[in-house]
Parts: sequence; C-alpha cells; structure tokens
Amino acid sequence: MDYVRACYRSCGGAAMVNRVINFRRSGIFDWIIQRFSAVVLAAYTIFILGNFLLCADMDFHAWKSIFDSIFTRVFSIITLIALCAHAWVGMWTVTTDYITSVQFGKNATVLRFVFQFFVFLILTAYLIWGVQIFWGS
Amino acid sequence: MKDKRPVNLDITTIKFPLAAIASILHRISGIGLFFGVGILLYFLQISLRSEAEFERVAVLLDGLLMTSLLGLILLAMIYHLIAGIKHLLLDLGIGESKQGAKRGTIIMWIMFVLVTGVAVGLLW
Repeated sequence: MDYVRACYRSCGGAAMVNRVINFRRSGIFDWIIQRFSAVVLAAYTIFILGNFLLCADMDFHAWKSIFDSIFTRVFSIITLIALCAHAWVGMWTVTTDYITSVQFGKNATVLRFVFQFFVFLILTAYLIWGVQIFWGS
Repeated sequence: MKDKRPVNLDITTIKFPLAAIASILHRISGIGLFFGVGILLYFLQISLRSEAEFERVAVLLDGLLMTSLLGLILLAMIYHLIAGIKHLLLDLGIGESKQGAKRGTIIMWIMFVLVTGVAVGLLW
C-alpha cells in the first residue's frame, strides 16, 4: 500500500495531466481495476472448479444445466468483462515494459501500438463471442 | 512532449533471483492465458451445442495434443491465480519484508505444486 500512495503522490499535478494526453487515466485507476477484476476472476475460477468437484461424472446435461442457469450467465458475463479489463491492463503493462526503444529502437512506438491494437481487437472479439456463448445459446 | 519519468532499465542486464523468476512467470502465464482464453471459449462453445458435440470434445480432449495444450493452460491458470493471490496479500501489507518475500515465494511454490497435483488427480 505504501507503494501505491507513493505512486499516487508522484502521479499528481502536472504529471497526471500528461498521462491524460498519454491516453492513460492514471496508474491508480489501472491498479484498482486490476485488483477488482482479479477477485472476480478468482471467484469464477473457484465457482467453475467447485461445480466440477460437486459433479462426479460430468455429462452433457449436467454441463449444460450449469451454463443454462441465470446465475452462471450473469456471473460469466461479469467475469468476461473483468477478464477483458484485466488482460488489457496486464498486456498494456507488458508491452510498455518490453516493447520500448531500449529493445526495438526507433520502431518501438509503432510496434507497441500495433501490438496493443491487436490486443484490443482480440479482447473485443472475446467479449462479443463470449456474450454469444453465455447468453445466446 | 519531454517525459521526465525515469526510463525503465535494460532487462538484459538484470540478475534474476527466485522472486524475480516468480514475477516473470506471472507475466508469461498471463500472456499465455490471453491466448488460452480463446481456446477455452472455443471448446466451451462446441461442448454446449449438443450431446454429440460434447462427446466429440471429450474425445478430442483425450488426445495427446489437446491434453498437453489444455494442461498447459490449466498450469498457467493455477500459477497465475496463486501468484495473483500472493500479490493481493502483498497489497494488504502481508509478507512485504525481505524475509517475508522469501517465505511468500516458497509458500507460493508449495501451493502451486499442491493445487496442480490435486487438479491432475481430479481430472485424469
């Protein structure tokens, strides 16, 4: 927590304005999002695993009834949104750490943007596809 | 726009103690899961279509290729989850000392082996 407070202090004022131009809200926002979504993802993982444990021989009807319940549907969509937010923050962090001018010289910015756009497209596809799977069938 | 924030270090010059390896694996497993989710969604979609399709997925998942692929995704998921829980505990101020960090990493690895063992035992 001390680390976050330090970050928050250093992100304040003019630096924060720069970050808005940099299409980042602020590190603290991402920090919160990453942790909220992590809790949702962990809960969903345990929920699905729990279903496996409770159902000794999983056949089609048992499997289908899990995903047909309104509880699972809502939980799944929430998790899907959490996953997209979580993966975006995570992948953004990784790209800004490893696709930089240190490793890729002048091309780093273009390369990073192409990769981030690819991540954005994939996650959007996951979201739409996932809604179709969880709600559409 | 001149950015006054410090430039991050050249990672090729940095030594990797156990905690650093644990951290980098958290990232690698995260990147793996980014792609793995697509594979999981694909199998989920087919398995929910009909009884015949469900059986087809079950047979497919018994094959060596799919077993190793799904196994890898499962490993990444278990690792990422446990490393994530450790991360959240650190955020709460638990295990932040140098000694605590070492102990935390060891506990994390033990948990990883345990959970993986249980998962493998249950699934196969």
